[in-house]
Amino acid sequence: MKSPLIWGVNARPTVWLRWVLLALPFVLLIAVYLYASDIRLTDNPADKLLPSFSQMADAVKTMAFTEDKRTGSYLLWSDTYASLKRILIGTLLAALVGLWLGLNNGLFPGMDATGNPFITFISMIPPLAILPILFISFGVDELAKVMLIFLGVFPLISRDMRLAVKQIPHEQITKAATLGISQLQLAYRIILPQIMPRLIETVRLSLGSAWLFLIAAEAIAADQGLGYRIFLVRRYLAMDIILPYVLWITFLGFMMDWFLRWALSYFYPWYNKGGKND
Amino acid sequence: MTDDKQRYLEIHDVYKAYGSKVILDNIDLKVDKGEFCSLVGPSGCGKSTLLRLILGEESPTSGKLILDGETIGHPDVNRGVIFQRYSLFPHLSVMENVTLGLRLGGRTDAKSLSDKDIRDEAMVLLKKVRLDKHENKYPHQLSGGMQQRVAIAQALIMKPKILMMDEPFGALDPDTREDMQLSLLELWEEEQMTIFFITHDMEEAAFLGTRLLALSQYYTDDRGRNYENRGSKIAVDRKLPQVASPTNVKHSPEFRDLIEEIREQAFNPEYLQHAKEFNLSHPNAFVSLTQEEAGIKR
Repeated sequence: MKSPLIWGVNARPTVWLRWVLLALPFVLLIAVYLYASDIRLTDNPADKLLPSFSQMADAVKTMAFTEDKRTGSYLLWSDTYASLKRILIGTLLAALVGLWLGLNNGLFPGMDATGNPFITFISMIPPLAILPILFISFGVDELAKVMLIFLGVFPLISRDMRLAVKQIPHEQITKAATLGISQLQLAYRIILPQIMPRLIETVRLSLGSAWLFLIAAEAIAADQGLGYRIFLVRRYLAMDIILPYVLWITFLGFMMDWFLRWALSYFYPWYNKGGKND
Repeated sequence: MTDDKQRYLEIHDVYKAYGSKVILDNIDLKVDKGEFCSLVGPSGCGKSTLLRLILGEESPTSGKLILDGETIGHPDVNRGVIFQRYSLFPHLSVMENVTLGLRLGGRTDAKSLSDKDIRDEAMVLLKKVRLDKHENKYPHQLSGGMQQRVAIAQALIMKPKILMMDEPFGALDPDTREDMQLSLLELWEEEQMTIFFITHDMEEAAFLGTRLLALSQYYTDDRGRNYENRGSKIAVDRKLPQVASPTNVKHSPEFRDLIEEIREQAFNPEYLQHAKEFNLSHPNAFVSLTQEEAGIKR
């Protein structure tokens, strides 16, 4: 019996073919870009819309490895530091608060009666709509930006953690009671460790919106940060800076995702193995 | 009959209804210490509901449940339980699962035990269930039968007054299942436990245990044939041979006859026995039919 290489549900691509398939869209994208850029630059060497790779490399050299005359810092790195600090603090806070609320709402019906409707209500508020309120109440410094990320991300984490608790079979809660476990022990020694892996997965999925809120906040009021820089140089149509910055943000996001995936499989090897023998 | 004598587990006139639908209809039961009761019944008869009542996960609509002189409340250390699945905590190793009840202080004497005492005690049990070589594995690394053996050790370490088992071998293949039945009988003889074992497999029920109970919704009584809202009653309550026998007893004619009889009395929707004619031959069996059920005119 021979399996087809690419087409159909029975396809079994070989290892090298998998690599080719993986590279294909990237190669196509780069090729189309280079072609279009070349056409525009031959037409008008001063064109700024689709810079060549060497122009972008020059821009990266200026941004990352040349001291900025005005501030005396290396802009790419100071922007990265500022942005990472905001997104990490905001997401971490959201993860902690979301975990705690979700754990309690999911496990204790009394808390759920208050907590769940209120958090559902909060989660329906579009975070960007209250951005002006945040700037007015928390000032244009770091706090407002962190708060936007926090408010944008924690309702989803909290609701997902609640569902994760609800998915734990009720048998386990009864079982714990027959072992004489107290309610606090149940919450923090039985339920909490079991929803930690789900927290990691939820944070992974929330990072996309966290970046969105970060860039939005930085675009409106900041003096450094990756989003701030992109919106600043947009005024000069500096695509040779914007494109590398976007790639850099994508790379940072990818690394965070990769790290969380690694942590999940390293710390929680039993996760998603329920009922299966391997 | 020794009705007035206090028994270990007592169930008096218990009804359980969900909305207007009656599931358990005036259940009476007394169980002695050390008894191994198997409970069978057709699907939907309320076996698991009865287990949840004894466990304290739910409370009866009316009636009383008493264990060792105390009215039954929410689940606690007095009652151990083994479910068909999910009895183990997936984030803990075999050893951690078994020692959990002692480490978190559920057993009254556990506070005085050192870490080593606890491990030693768990090791003794793990040896009994033949899992001492697997103490550091996680549940997902064990087969279904091994997981259930860990669950047994995890429950036994608490020394519960009664061990409730809800189709514990239902998800196992036939060979493993037979093997588990034999180990359970051995453990029961060694540890002198009181066991309440629920299954839908009649062969398993008749093979295990000292007492066979069948719960059935297929019966009639003096409330009349057209009475709609009838819940399940205990339709069979009889003694089983006391000794753990080798599995080949399952092929003997007496064993087959017993199974046929119970199948007819409890599982056949066409065969409606009158509540007064149930086979309640066990010495501890007792029923108190209501006046309507027994046809006594007021």
